[in-house]
Amino acid sequence: MEAYIYDAVRTPRGRGKADGSLHEITPIQLATQTLQAVRDRTGIDTRDVDDVILGCVTPVGEQGADIARVAVLNADYAQTTAGVQINRFCASGLEAVNMAAAKVATGEADFAIGGGVEHMSRVPMSSDGGAWAFDPAVAWHTYFAPQGIGADLIATKFGFSRTDVDAYAVESQKRAANAWAEGRFARSIVPVRDVIGEVVLDHDEHMRPQADMQSLGSLKPSFQGLGEEMPGFDAVALLKYPELEKIDHVHHAGNSSGICDGAAAVLIGSKAIGEKYGLKPRARIRTAASIGSEPTIMLTGPEYIADKLLKKAGMSKDDIDLWELNEAFASVVLRYMQALDLDHAKVNPNGGAIAFGHPLGATGAMVLGIALDELERTGKGTALVNLCIGAGMGTGTIIERL
Amino acid sequence: MTTITFDIDADGIATLTIDVPGQSMNVIGPDFITDLSAAIDRIRDEEAVKGAVICSGKASGFMGGMDLKNMESMLAAADGDSQNMAELFDKVFVLNALFRRLETCGKPVVCAIEGTCVGGGFELALACHRRIVADDPKVQLGLPEILVGLFPGGGGSQRLPRITGVQTALMYMLQGKLFRPQEALGLKVVDELVPSGNTVAAARNWLKANPAASVQPWDQKGYRFPGGAGGFNPNFVQTFIGATAMTMKQTQRNLNGPIALLSAVYEGSTLPMDRAIRIESKYFAKVIAYPQARNMVRTLFVNKQAAERGARRPKDVAKAPTRKLAMLGAGMMGAGVATVSAQAGIDVVLLDRDQAYAEKGKEHARAVLTKRLGKGMTPEKLEATLARITPTTDFAQLEGCDFVIEAVFEDTAIKAEVTKKVEAVLGADTIFGSNTSTLPITGLAKAWSKPENFIGVHFFSPVEKMPLVEIIVGEKTGPEAIAKALDYVAQIKKTPIVVNDSRGFYTSRCFGTYVQEGAELLAEGVGAPLIENVGKQLGMPVGPLAVSDEVSIELGYKVLSVAKKELGDAYVHNAADDVMTKMVEMDRLGRKNGKGYYDYPEGGKKALWPGLAETFPLAAVQPAPEDVRTRLLYRQLIECARCFEEGVLETPEDGDIGAIFGWGFAPYTGGPFSHMDTVGIARIVETLDALTAAHGPRFAPTAQLREMAASGATFYGKAAQKAA
Repeated sequence: MEAYIYDAVRTPRGRGKADGSLHEITPIQLATQTLQAVRDRTGIDTRDVDDVILGCVTPVGEQGADIARVAVLNADYAQTTAGVQINRFCASGLEAVNMAAAKVATGEADFAIGGGVEHMSRVPMSSDGGAWAFDPAVAWHTYFAPQGIGADLIATKFGFSRTDVDAYAVESQKRAANAWAEGRFARSIVPVRDVIGEVVLDHDEHMRPQADMQSLGSLKPSFQGLGEEMPGFDAVALLKYPELEKIDHVHHAGNSSGICDGAAAVLIGSKAIGEKYGLKPRARIRTAASIGSEPTIMLTGPEYIADKLLKKAGMSKDDIDLWELNEAFASVVLRYMQALDLDHAKVNPNGGAIAFGHPLGATGAMVLGIALDELERTGKGTALVNLCIGAGMGTGTIIERL
Repeated sequence: MTTITFDIDADGIATLTIDVPGQSMNVIGPDFITDLSAAIDRIRDEEAVKGAVICSGKASGFMGGMDLKNMESMLAAADGDSQNMAELFDKVFVLNALFRRLETCGKPVVCAIEGTCVGGGFELALACHRRIVADDPKVQLGLPEILVGLFPGGGGSQRLPRITGVQTALMYMLQGKLFRPQEALGLKVVDELVPSGNTVAAARNWLKANPAASVQPWDQKGYRFPGGAGGFNPNFVQTFIGATAMTMKQTQRNLNGPIALLSAVYEGSTLPMDRAIRIESKYFAKVIAYPQARNMVRTLFVNKQAAERGARRPKDVAKAPTRKLAMLGAGMMGAGVATVSAQAGIDVVLLDRDQAYAEKGKEHARAVLTKRLGKGMTPEKLEATLARITPTTDFAQLEGCDFVIEAVFEDTAIKAEVTKKVEAVLGADTIFGSNTSTLPITGLAKAWSKPENFIGVHFFSPVEKMPLVEIIVGEKTGPEAIAKALDYVAQIKKTPIVVNDSRGFYTSRCFGTYVQEGAELLAEGVGAPLIENVGKQLGMPVGPLAVSDEVSIELGYKVLSVAKKELGDAYVHNAADDVMTKMVEMDRLGRKNGKGYYDYPEGGKKALWPGLAETFPLAAVQPAPEDVRTRLLYRQLIECARCFEEGVLETPEDGDIGAIFGWGFAPYTGGPFSHMDTVGIARIVETLDALTAAHGPRFAPTAQLREMAASGATFYGKAAQKAA
């Protein structure tokens, strides 16, 4: 595929609560500031940016009405730059990058930006509704159960105990803290500014580096009530997984991805357009793909999308130097490593969403950026970036540092 | 008009008195629909009519629902065929359109409800502008259609939520739960309670005072749906997320009615009433287009009622209600039978070997009745009921008893001894019933000088709760004994089936196969959770291992030992026997000693015994859930078919009722015989042949099944032929 990454930026992730630093900043501001950063850092004329694709999972209210186009206008891009908002749930940001890459590769665009925005403290998750969960005929037909039940189901089915998932979370926090301490993200983080130009946040504020087994051990499971009592989603999941006696509810706030506010943008372009501006491509998009997987367990897509990507790229597992998988829940990554037999040292070496948080629509582009940061820091060649997705999907990308 | 009388008084108030001829309770049939339609026209068109009261001319109550007996022809008519579906919609929409015409006729209509008002009757009431109900706790109101495989299809699924909000309406409709008048008033489902006998007068008064109250709330401008409705309303959305999950759990996705109800309410709630009722009728048509509703209505309603009204009772024997019962044995079963008999007004002599045991049996009755205090039971009634039970050890006390039920230890010799002692007091002309659950009646009858007066009366535990009694006819049992037993079952308000003698009769024998197949699977190394979950998915109340624990593995082992002893070389050994034997050897006897296939930690939830996987090592390859389901189902089906072929069962009705109410066989099927008919006997035979090849002769189809497959016969068709 002939599509190159010229830049990748992301806001720091703000705690997605009323006391989070970004709560007073509107979602359109987050998107606007990342688009401006891409333009200003590269010095490109935005008339060469044909399209801006932004992932956003809850595109209602302040995030409604095609936030991508509105961000283009608000960022003072050329009015000829189009904008489109997309939704592939948790992988929306990466899907946006993949779509931008496809547009460039097919010649539809010279430059295209893929990214995402999600302001979870201002536009609550699920406030866009959706037939899947609440139209009875659909929920019945598809055995709907919320993703937390799927995460616990993965842990039960594949044998990960509460200790296993908590230990994974502690390690994620440790790695994240270390990455920040060493300034590994310095090139990519764009501090968020308020209306008077003051920086309101310049670091990921959701992290809890002091978390240990004891502190996590005291947290109550998040999905036990939903699963075992009202309304009893475990029974729905067991209809599909009758080989299990019950579901162990091992996930809680400390070993799941946190609710956060943030935005990201990745500039993709052709070789020719880079040359026009004298820009050196930082990496090439080698392969991109999406896949559907079983929707009730919901979050096992990553192992299948990894297989699909490797096959499409004609690569083997050993050709990948770095594996980045969004830490939606600890069991998702543990299962991924188990299924593909991966060395934990090569997976999420800088931590992930358990520590940083998960601004749904933006995370995909952020994970890609983190992978790029790490390849450049270590001088390694290839990374496979991947996210599990609601309703049973996987979206992934293989990048090659240049 | 044959079903409604239409009178107009001096004030211009029309009174529609419903009295459907030939029915003990008013029901909705074609004549009623025609008559109501004409009555609505008169209310609308006659200037003299200012308003109308609808009431019942029957003392039995206001109205039941659809005439389900006559509805059978409409049920399962289309079989999902889209062309016929449109026709079916037109048919089912008739009632909806009629009720809609009533509520938009332009004049106020009040429903005056004395007594039962359920199903279609209650839907009629909901289409009136006011509901006035007799303030009597015996009055029952509501929409129980879900219990027979249907859902409210006469506008009920649309009007009730518009009165109570979706959450409350769904709670009642999904469970088929009825309202008492006070409860209904609290929820504003009815508007006014007045003393019994005064509803019509109250209705007239209200009509005179409110001549313009002819528009339903939902047809008024500014109407607000209670609690809100639609995809933007968080309560509405949460209700459906929760209700759908709960319904999946409760139905294991086997029932068509509840999910259709959920969709009808979900989609209909945001529409104007004229369109909402069309949505309801579309989903209703879908439900009745498939055989499930027909099968459920037939077994759970029509045939169950027929059995309770004496369908199997010899016609030419005079009524012989039991006045004084000799209850032999005061154990669990004896005490239970004594309790339900005393409740039915029968005097009971409760005899046991030991006076303390006999007294304990009476104490059981006290405990059961005490729990009902406040629920229709008063302290006075409780004492009067208990006074009917006389605990004793003295056979002479049996003097004057006109019916005997024996429930002593399951041992032929012990039973014979007791039987003879009773005969010495009461004489062999008295009808003697044995509550054995497995021992052949013909053998036991030898202890009674007149075996024609000896019969099996098989209760299920706990007697107070289980609705079925299996009447077993021995080789020599006569019609008087059958009549006596059935009259007694009617007295205690239970549902009887009548079967012929065989080891385990019908219910124990077929139920046993479910347990056995569970053990077979375990012996083959199939994971216990898979066996248990699939059992539940099949529609059984619990998994085969759980139920085995409940009735005790040891009991199964004992039954097995007796059968082995009595049958000798004829006994066919199977892998399930080894499983049972192994469990008993390991002192894992079931729930009663706190350890069986499950562990029963004190104060904790039961969980599968972790040692199972070691005792019965897991096979490397586990079967697909569908295969486990087929085995657990077909193992029961073939045993039922054998009972039919051997003449243990005389009718498929007995087989279906007995299966559902006796051992909890998947109710959504309408019973094993309905299920076999629905699947098609040829396909049943095909599956059984495949199972036989894979798992052995216990699945082998019978000669009769093969004949039926070849000729295209069905069990219910065959029964109809026999009757004709």
